[in-house]
Amino acid sequence: MGNRTILFDTHNQMGARIVPFGGWDMPLHYGSQLEEHHAVRRDAGMFDVCHMTVVDLTGDRVRAFLRHLLANDVERLQQPGKALYSCMLNEQGGVIDDLIVYFMNETWFRMVVNAGTTEKDVAWLKQQSPAFGVTVKPRHDLAMIAVQGPHARHKALPLLPEGLREAAANLQPFFAATAADWFVGRTGYTGEDGFEVVMPESEAVGFWQALADAGVQPCGLGARDTLRLEAGMNLYGSDMDETISPLEAGLNWTIAWEPADRDFIGRSAIEAHRGDPANRQFVGLVLIGRGVLRDHQKLFVADREVGEITSGGFAPTLEKSIALARVSAEVAGQCEVEIRGKRVPARLVRPPFVRNGKIRVEL
Amino acid sequence: MSNVPNDLKYAKSHEWVRDEEDGTVFVGITEHAQELLGDLVFVELPEVGDTVDAGSECAVVESVKAASDVYSPVSGEVIAINEALADAPETVNQDAFGDGWLFQVKLSAPAELDDLLDADAYSEVMESEEH
Repeated sequence: MGNRTILFDTHNQMGARIVPFGGWDMPLHYGSQLEEHHAVRRDAGMFDVCHMTVVDLTGDRVRAFLRHLLANDVERLQQPGKALYSCMLNEQGGVIDDLIVYFMNETWFRMVVNAGTTEKDVAWLKQQSPAFGVTVKPRHDLAMIAVQGPHARHKALPLLPEGLREAAANLQPFFAATAADWFVGRTGYTGEDGFEVVMPESEAVGFWQALADAGVQPCGLGARDTLRLEAGMNLYGSDMDETISPLEAGLNWTIAWEPADRDFIGRSAIEAHRGDPANRQFVGLVLIGRGVLRDHQKLFVADREVGEITSGGFAPTLEKSIALARVSAEVAGQCEVEIRGKRVPARLVRPPFVRNGKIRVEL
Repeated sequence: MSNVPNDLKYAKSHEWVRDEEDGTVFVGITEHAQELLGDLVFVELPEVGDTVDAGSECAVVESVKAASDVYSPVSGEVIAINEALADAPETVNQDAFGDGWLFQVKLSAPAELDDLLDADAYSEVMESEEH
């Protein structure tokens, strides 16, 4: 038996099929993964993301600490509530985790890290923080629910605590607001508008139920994966890990090279390969032939193996199979995917595949 | 608990067989199997004329989640496949024991049918997997 979130019994009551994920017993779907996917693209869906970890970082030098710790630069965060996506690299330039960090005030930043990596992330943070006098506090007392879709904010707003409603209603994308132990970020992992809502654990079941009553579709990990794949968002552990440079995982845009004297962990390792024409490219694939693209399928041009799918699946919005893949620099146009011994053609595209309900690639 | 019709035979690997009593059978996957798989998005069937052996892989059903092999419960020659599944794989989810059939086999060893499970025995297999 894995860890259970505070919503576990509620999931069962709502008919969830439960599967193990990153040490947790989580809902895969509540009946139809496809319907859940479409609910998020067309209306509103919600996800139990309590298994992810909120980590509060506090101290007078917390900004300096994060400028050393993260490949993206928190100096870009000047307005309170602003969020930043970043990789946390090791000295070798591999990705320990990808995360979102929110600037709350000059002595408090809030980070949200992946479930499966929480333990090593917190250990790494605690190893690096003493030099900056920063306190690292994982908030296991808090629950988190993501509400996503074109109607998600409209449906969620009236259900927030009154003192937070107006601030939440006025949030720009990638900003957060907080009141007492509630916290609302206009962020997500689906390619749609929406909120990620953090609250005391004791309030989570009530909030989830109220969202369901307002017509928000409960969604499992299955839909979460197809939504993020269509949105072209990386999945830690599949698309990148500690052995992969962010330069070969489509994450160049998250590395702040300037100012040149900012000495973040892993900088010298990845800078040696900055602009290196030998770097593998990270691309999207749309399957032209029949079948389904899956993780670890091999890619070919003529008889030469040129790369591998890092995450693949069926894209319900496109009604086609798509993937993210790492391939040699020179591959362009098309390649072939080996599916059960057969070669099937696929076209290279630039992710995202879908954003805000709209298909963004040529089919 | 899933529906398990009494007039069919079953394999432990969750396929069903309908004996047409003319030397041919229809083969599909059970309602329980499609529930475990979730929404199907692709079905790869054998070709008409292929020879299949009892217990061998002969088709693949892919859900949004994963690909899963289908094993032929009987030996013989494939004489028909359900071509409608190419455009509508979800038919297997909607009607696993009817319109969601996969292929039809002309039996080369009809006695193999006696080795398959009846509805009660298959129900026990499902139950034992759930515990």
